[in-house]
Amino acid sequence: MAFDGDAPVTTATLTRRPAALPAARLTHLQRLEAEAIHIMREVAAEVERPVMLYSIGKDSAVMLHLAKKAFYPSKPPFPLLHVDTTWKFRAMYAMREQAAADLGVELLVHQNSDAVARGINPFDHGSALHTDLWKTEGLKQALSLHGFDAAFGGARRDEEKSRAKERIFSFRTAEHRWDPKNQRPELWRLYNTRKRPSESIRVFPISNWTELDVWQYIHLEQIPIVPLYLAAERPVVERDGALIMVDDDRFRLRPGETPQMKSVRFRTLGCYPLTGAVESTAATLPKVIQEMLLTTTSERQGRMIDHDQSASMEKKKQEGYF
Amino acid sequence: MAHQSDLIARDIDAYLTAHQHKSLLRFITCGSVDDGKSTLIGRLLYDSKMIFEDQMAALEADSRRVGTQGGDIDFALLVDGLAAEREQGITIDVAYRFFSTEKRKFIVADTPGHEQYTRNMVTGASTADAAVILIDARRGVLTQTRRHAYLVSLLGIRHVILAVNKMDLMGWSQDVFDAIVADFSAFAVQIGLKTFDAIPMSALRGDNITEASAHSPWYAGPPLMSLLETLEVGDDLQADPFRLPVQWVNRPNLDFRGFAGQIAAGTVRPGDPVRVLPSGRTSTVARIVTADGDLDQAVAGQSITLTLADEIDVSRGDVLASADAPPEAADQFEATVVWMDDEPLLPGRPYLLKIGAKLVGATITEPKHKVNVNTLEHQPAKRLELNEIGVCNLSLDAPVAFAPYVQNKDLGGFILIDRISNRTVGAGLLNFALRRAHNIHWQALSVDKAARATIKNQRGRVVWLTGLSGAGKSTIADLVEKRLYADGRHTYLLDGDNVRHGLNRDLGFTEEDRVENIRRVAEVSKLMVDAGLIVLVSFISPFRAERRLARDLLGPGEFVEVYVDTPLAVAEQRDVKGLYKKARAGELKNFTGIDSPYEAPEAPEIVVDTTTMSPEDAAERIVAWLDGRFSTEDFSI
Repeated sequence: MAFDGDAPVTTATLTRRPAALPAARLTHLQRLEAEAIHIMREVAAEVERPVMLYSIGKDSAVMLHLAKKAFYPSKPPFPLLHVDTTWKFRAMYAMREQAAADLGVELLVHQNSDAVARGINPFDHGSALHTDLWKTEGLKQALSLHGFDAAFGGARRDEEKSRAKERIFSFRTAEHRWDPKNQRPELWRLYNTRKRPSESIRVFPISNWTELDVWQYIHLEQIPIVPLYLAAERPVVERDGALIMVDDDRFRLRPGETPQMKSVRFRTLGCYPLTGAVESTAATLPKVIQEMLLTTTSERQGRMIDHDQSASMEKKKQEGYF
Repeated sequence: MAHQSDLIARDIDAYLTAHQHKSLLRFITCGSVDDGKSTLIGRLLYDSKMIFEDQMAALEADSRRVGTQGGDIDFALLVDGLAAEREQGITIDVAYRFFSTEKRKFIVADTPGHEQYTRNMVTGASTADAAVILIDARRGVLTQTRRHAYLVSLLGIRHVILAVNKMDLMGWSQDVFDAIVADFSAFAVQIGLKTFDAIPMSALRGDNITEASAHSPWYAGPPLMSLLETLEVGDDLQADPFRLPVQWVNRPNLDFRGFAGQIAAGTVRPGDPVRVLPSGRTSTVARIVTADGDLDQAVAGQSITLTLADEIDVSRGDVLASADAPPEAADQFEATVVWMDDEPLLPGRPYLLKIGAKLVGATITEPKHKVNVNTLEHQPAKRLELNEIGVCNLSLDAPVAFAPYVQNKDLGGFILIDRISNRTVGAGLLNFALRRAHNIHWQALSVDKAARATIKNQRGRVVWLTGLSGAGKSTIADLVEKRLYADGRHTYLLDGDNVRHGLNRDLGFTEEDRVENIRRVAEVSKLMVDAGLIVLVSFISPFRAERRLARDLLGPGEFVEVYVDTPLAVAEQRDVKGLYKKARAGELKNFTGIDSPYEAPEAPEIVVDTTTMSPEDAAERIVAWLDGRFSTEDFSI
């Protein structure tokens, strides 16, 4: 079973951003943008082999846009890396190629060959093993393979409790482990990027952005996003209380399940069999933001990996998950 | 999340426009353990409707399981993130929280209260516009309160709010509140904190958080949230002279050379004259380049890229500044240092210092004093331990453009990095530059051999020339020293004859005296190598054992043995000083080669054969050998 993938859209029809001349008093978005650009330039200036992790989601879209601004008129001096699970939405793969081409930088795609060989998938192996092998192991493999010593990630401190305490420059041992009790103090705008040869840094330039900031910035700057964030009629099945989109013919329907066309959108994007949709008619960005502001459940609820245990994200991060 | 839900539901575009123009306030919360910081932040999130239903459900479940409020909602659980600290019931690190109201977006740094984590509080305070200091009304102003108030004041936070919490447990007594405020005021005067606001509250019950509490009719001030919404966030930096620490040089092609950075102070427009620090070169701003088109002006806080009208040398770490009001550049400072590492600050040890976009080598003197944060007393100190604060002098490898921290945090705040572990071991605030005349006085043993040699851009060694009398040692040594001196090396020549006129005038030529002669010369050479010098020793030094002694006194690689190889017959034939003739005539006893043995080196670093080489060629070979060593040793940071 296959359905046409949505083509990437921009929000070009939405309100134009205000004139380029800055207000004397910077708004919160201007301050956040300046901070993120400062962080990216610092990495480019001090680190030997940086890379930008590109997950194709909205936070990645904002990071790419900020990278373009930070180094203009040069191209960003680092490639993009997508740690692929082979189970992303098809619309995400379409977006991926276009985004890299638009930015004019190299796109590296890594798939864990072990997971490929063993045919790891969310149906047979469950979300925990699937995530561990494709994402956690895959990421570690890719970073080691290319010898990247700094990797930008789009994580935000407002996402989850253990993220709230992470530094903007977060150090990893040669084994990619994170030690939450041994983090370097970060003062002012001064980032200490010094490390031993085998160690690496994860850098989070949009640490201080909230979900609303991200949406508002996408809206203001007319940043292209995967259309799955906007509501449209899509084939879904209801499973374990979540609406799962049947995005391609690898989806295994259980007895009695029939895909229904429903107007849905996604608040977060990952592997399609593991990502819950919400029923919505919000087909424009302002409508999406409106729904988000009026909604009563938090962003990560659609992601299954946080629910195993209350400290699960912290554990995953210690093991090398981004 | 339903604040302003009417506007959101009615007119999302109007809401977005309003939200887009909100300002940002960053503040920290600090206080002692159990003052209720996490509860207060949880309450702020709750009252600004930032808690979603699923988070609320998780919170209720957690409150029943591990809560400390007897089944009631424990707001602290909402913000205490890491598993380890949940078990301990304390916050162990800096956590950042986000909420917004109709007027403002807020970033809260939740900072710990117990003593061993002061470094985290300093970290949180470094980026804050305001500070909320919590006090438990039952316990009043504690040691930790004073410490936090001092740090807040030290780091230049202008707005301080004293949150007198748990007033419900003190029966909302105005006397209790007034006494605490009076106590704190006395301390505030001492630390130079000019103003602060005090609010009686109960974070747990929600009194005076978002709305005025009925329990405190005697309190006329605003509730906490209103105060946070209306504090002036200073944009006064824009009025200061322009400063741009250059972070990155943007060179997409040969026709474009831009200088990227975040403006630390002032405003810049195309056509403005600018000066590059520390070089002092000047030019004018040609363009302010952004991906959205060129700008007419840019202000403090923005990350921009500038191009200049002239091709002048500008690198990362330089500062672009308004040409008529440039900052000073200096390499020696007095600074206040907050130590953040388990290993103490050791005076004289070389650290790395990062200020703006500049990374330089730095050494620190013994602290002039450390500050007792409880009494503000200045106490003598030999070193700084974790969480101690002291005033020290700094000496940098290179000059940096700077401003005193009280004027500009970006140009006056620095971090110290350990060269081996790479940890951020300290943070500091520049107070002022030291004039050359006020040079740093080192504690005798605080500066080691490597530090002394590094400042001379060399490594100390002994070049030990041995050979028969008349072999040409002194002539060659003199030529070598001239060459090294011309290359800017710091040298000293110890000549056998000259030393015998002074240091060793009491020694004769017996075997014992010859040994003592060499022992003394070896010890003096060692001191000079310790001073970082390249020492040329020109002594017959006939015995292997004594040359061995000299070699063993020095570190690996520091003893360079040069065998000036001249056969006895040739030396005797030259007989420049007529000594061989006297020895043959029996007028000189124990003369090497005649009636005292010469033990030729078995494995010298260098051999020069004076029967085939001129003294100039011999000197050239020695200098070339040393140059080969210099070029393979890294003197840079």
